[in-house]
Order: sequence, then structure tokens, then C-alpha cells
Amino acid sequence: MADKAQIRSEAARLMAFFEAKGATAVEADILQPAGTLLDLYGEDIRGRAFVTQDPIRGEAMLRPDFTVPVVQMHMADGAEPARYTYMGEVFRAQEEAAHRAAENFQVGYEVFDRDAPIEADAEVFALIQEALAPLSLRAATGDMGLLLAAVRGLKTTDRRKAALLRHVWRPRRFRALLDRFAGRAPLPEGREAMLAKEDPMQDAGPQIGLRSASEIADRIAALCEDAAAAPISAQEVELLDDLLALRETTVNVLEHLRDIAVDMPAIADAVDRLETRAEALAKRGVDVGHLDFEGSYGRTSMEYYDGFVFGFYAETRPDLPPVATGGRYDALTRVLGRAKGHEIPAVGGVIRPEIVLELTAGGDA
Amino acid sequence: MTLKIGVPSKGRLMEKTFDWFGARGVELARTGSDREYSASVNGIDGIELVLLSAGEIPRELAAGRIHMGVTGSDLVREKLGGWQDKVSELALMGFGHADLIIAVPKCWVDVNTLDDLDAAAAAFRAKHGFRLRIATKFHRLIRDHLRDHGVADYQLVDSQGATEGTVKNETAEAVADITSTGETLRANHLKILAGKPVHKSQATLFKSRNADWNEDTRATLNALTEKLGLRA
Repeated sequence: MADKAQIRSEAARLMAFFEAKGATAVEADILQPAGTLLDLYGEDIRGRAFVTQDPIRGEAMLRPDFTVPVVQMHMADGAEPARYTYMGEVFRAQEEAAHRAAENFQVGYEVFDRDAPIEADAEVFALIQEALAPLSLRAATGDMGLLLAAVRGLKTTDRRKAALLRHVWRPRRFRALLDRFAGRAPLPEGREAMLAKEDPMQDAGPQIGLRSASEIADRIAALCEDAAAAPISAQEVELLDDLLALRETTVNVLEHLRDIAVDMPAIADAVDRLETRAEALAKRGVDVGHLDFEGSYGRTSMEYYDGFVFGFYAETRPDLPPVATGGRYDALTRVLGRAKGHEIPAVGGVIRPEIVLELTAGGDA
Repeated sequence: MTLKIGVPSKGRLMEKTFDWFGARGVELARTGSDREYSASVNGIDGIELVLLSAGEIPRELAAGRIHMGVTGSDLVREKLGGWQDKVSELALMGFGHADLIIAVPKCWVDVNTLDDLDAAAAAFRAKHGFRLRIATKFHRLIRDHLRDHGVADYQLVDSQGATEGTVKNETAEAVADITSTGETLRANHLKILAGKPVHKSQATLFKSRNADWNEDTRATLNALTEKLGLRA
């Protein structure tokens, strides 16, 4: 394993590469306010991040990623378009997997460009690929935009679509909801009995707590609407399954997606974007004929990544984490900028210099 | 060198623990005055009894400062990340039963399962601008459980006691706590969500994986487990 000084100098080399390509070097605080991260990622982040306490400022977290502070910095005073690079440690608690390091170095490259998002996708991918070229890695790509467009286009109620979209990054929950909405799985225990009652609020006991009687009544109305709604058709579920099961090269996947889009016109725009991106990648020298595409890529580990997603892997070393990962996270900037009505299309990626060194050393041996 | 066993220092849990060992020919007893925390072991040599708060026994086991200990299975899972690497279960002792459950106001007639709780949390956050609060002292167990069941848009607020009162006081919307009869929950107009409890807890005899297991303590352990009718 490389020592810290080596990792730091490898990180500096990679960062210099991105600076030479026009990125501005930026820094981020190691201590981040916990509130922002908790609101973004929910309580789960407590299990993954180091939470600490300041007697005056309250809860803080050791930076679990750079994305949030870099977006915040850009939102506060960044001019567009902007290209940033940074390096430093990120900290992840490994409660269930003590063998993984809790402290990792990252070098990142982020692009904020409203006008040419697809070009920006291709640029980030191609630059990271170039930076890692000597390692001959396998790249995997995906596009969360396809799944999101497919869900938005389902012939069902807006409430069901919203429920599915909310759980897109929790595949098991998404599947359970989809099965229920498609009439393949039973309703949650007690639902039918409750809806069958003349007045469900009868015998409810005293009204306590902040959730008011009208909120409860609203949800009962929503559940009634849901019970009356037709199930999502088997054909639509099948198309979603086809989409999620895609595993082909980018060129082949486009053909396959055109077929799916005939029955699911809602994804046509997303397929167009995928095609335009493939052309933009090809123009930058990426061999799209051999570029792997996976329909489910990015669903489990990349919450808020809602467009192009990618990772670079050492095929000879399946024991190692990906050397680099990244993607488009417009959804994250939308949530972070909610208070000010900001939304800044953003795409970026990180390289793990420690893994780069590990692979370089292996190649020399 | 003696083998140290940590047992709860007071109350029913201590008495039941003494009874359990006593029924198997190992006599544990407190010595000295009522207030002095000292104890003796009869029926087997080489064992020292350490009286501790049940809540601190997991930590002492993990640190290896005691070789064995009796505490609730819920406390070990809550307090020790990766608990199976630190302790092993020697015996489920059949008392101190309690379920860790999630409860919501009885007036929430639309919420019966975790699935409902998740949907209600989404609507609550949209309406009130903050994540639905669940009061508990079992942060790790509840967080893992809710993550495994895909519940989002909630937050855990710490409550070390009188947890069932937090809903009425509007410092939480729901609670997660230990219950054996459900009496306190009902009295506070709360109902338990359907489905399996988060964890079914009972008093458990644990062995530390990190304690100093040398020839002496190993021999004592073997003698003890044989006497107790267990496999070490």
C-alpha cells in the first residue's frame, strides 16, 4: 500500500492535469455542517459519515464527499460556465465493513455549464479517461435519465409516479412499490380494512402530535384514489424491466432503446440525448463501439445522480473499488438550491489516487 | 488468572440472572451491605463476578475487560457496530423479554405499516418543512431497520426516557422503544406498527472475543459451560 506522501503527490499530479485542462483549483472545509447533509441524504448518512459535535456550532460531519461543498461554493459566488478541480480526504465510517479504509484521498473535476450539458458530460468522461489512460481500465456507463423519463411517462396517477421517483435510488423499495401499483403484490396490511370503513377516523382516539387530522384525512383520500386507480399494465412493467436489465455496448444499446421507445415514447428524448452524448464522446476519441452501458448503473450508490453516470474499473483487480466514478447530479443542485430557487446543471467525477498507485505498482511488478 | 463475568448490578435482571445460574449449580450472590457492589461465586473456582450497569456490559465485553457478560441482546446490537466480531452468544437465557418496536399515534388510522410510515413521512416533510421525527434511544437498530425497509424523510431524535410522551409534547411524531406489554404505549395513545418487531430482545449470556483467553481462563470457561450445559 502506498504511503500518504505518495498518495498526495499522485493526487497533485492528477489535479495538475485538470488544471492544465482549464479547471480552477478550489478547496473545501473538512468539517461540514451536519444539517445540510442530513437533509440531503437522510438519517442513513449518520451510519456512513463521521459525526462530531461542536459545543457552539452544533453537529458537524467530516466531509463525506466534495460534491456538496463545491456546489455550495459555486452557488454562492461562481460565474458560469465554471470548471473546478480539488483534492483531499473524504471520510466514510465503515461500520459493517471494517476492512475498508475510513479515510480516502480524492481528486475531482466538476463542470457547471447550463448551455451545453451533453458536451459537458462527454468532456468529464473523456478527461478522466485520458487521465487514467495508462491503466487500461474498463469503463461502465449508465443514464438515470432513461429510467426517470420512463417512470414519468407511465400511464398511472401522478401520486404513484411521485412515489416511484422518490425511491428510484432505493431499488428494493422501488420494486415493492412497482409490484403493488401493478397489482402484483398485496396492499400493506390493514389498508383494505381501513378503507372499507364508513368513517376510518371513528375510534381513532384523541388527536395527538403535530400531524393534524386534516393531514390524515388527505392521506386517506389519496389512498382511496389509489385503490380506485387501474394497475400499471404488465406491458409497461416489462418495458421498465427491459430498461433496467440492459447490458450492452453503447452502440448496441441505442438500437435496443429505439425499439423500447416505440412502445414507450416517453423515453424518446432521453434516448436522443444518449445518442447525442455517444457522438460527443466519439468526437473526443472515446471508443463508443466498446463502451459498456448498464441500465441499472448508479442506482444503488449514487443518490441524486439523475443523468449520465460512469465508473472506471480495473478488470484484473475485482477486489479494488472503482478507480473513478462520476456523473450528472442536477437533482442534487436542485435540492441544495431550493431555498434560493437555484438550479445549476452539474456533472463531475472523482479519481482515487491511492487505487491508481496500487495499479501502477502492480503493473511494474 | 480469574475469568470475569459481568452481570447487571440491580433489579429483576440481576435476580433472574442469579436464578438462572443458580438453577444450573452456579451460585451467584451479592455480598456485603445492600449498597456495596461486591459479589461472590460458589460452585466453581476461578470466576470473579463484576456488577455493572446492563447498558455498560456491551462496552466492557467489546473492550475485553470482562470475559463474559449478561445483558440484553438489544443493547449489544445497539451499542456495538459489527457486534458479531466482538462477542458471541453463549445462551439465550429466556427472561428479560422485550420487543423493540416503532409506534405512531393511534389517531393515525392511515398508518399501519412501515410502508405507510414512509409515505406519511414524505407528506409530512412536504407540509412541515422538516423530516418526520422519531424519538428513540436505539439509534443504530432503528436506523438500520428503516434503511433496510426503504423508509426515507425521517429523523431520529434522542430520547433517553419518557419516550412515549414525546408525541403529545410535539417533540416527535413517532417513537421507537422497548416494550414488553405495550401498556405505556396504549396509555399514551400510541399503537405499534404491524409486522415483526425491529428486534426481539432477551437476556443473553455473551462471551467476549477480545478478552484475554489464556490457558487458565479457557479451562475455567470450559468447566463453566459444561456445568451450565452449554457449548463454548
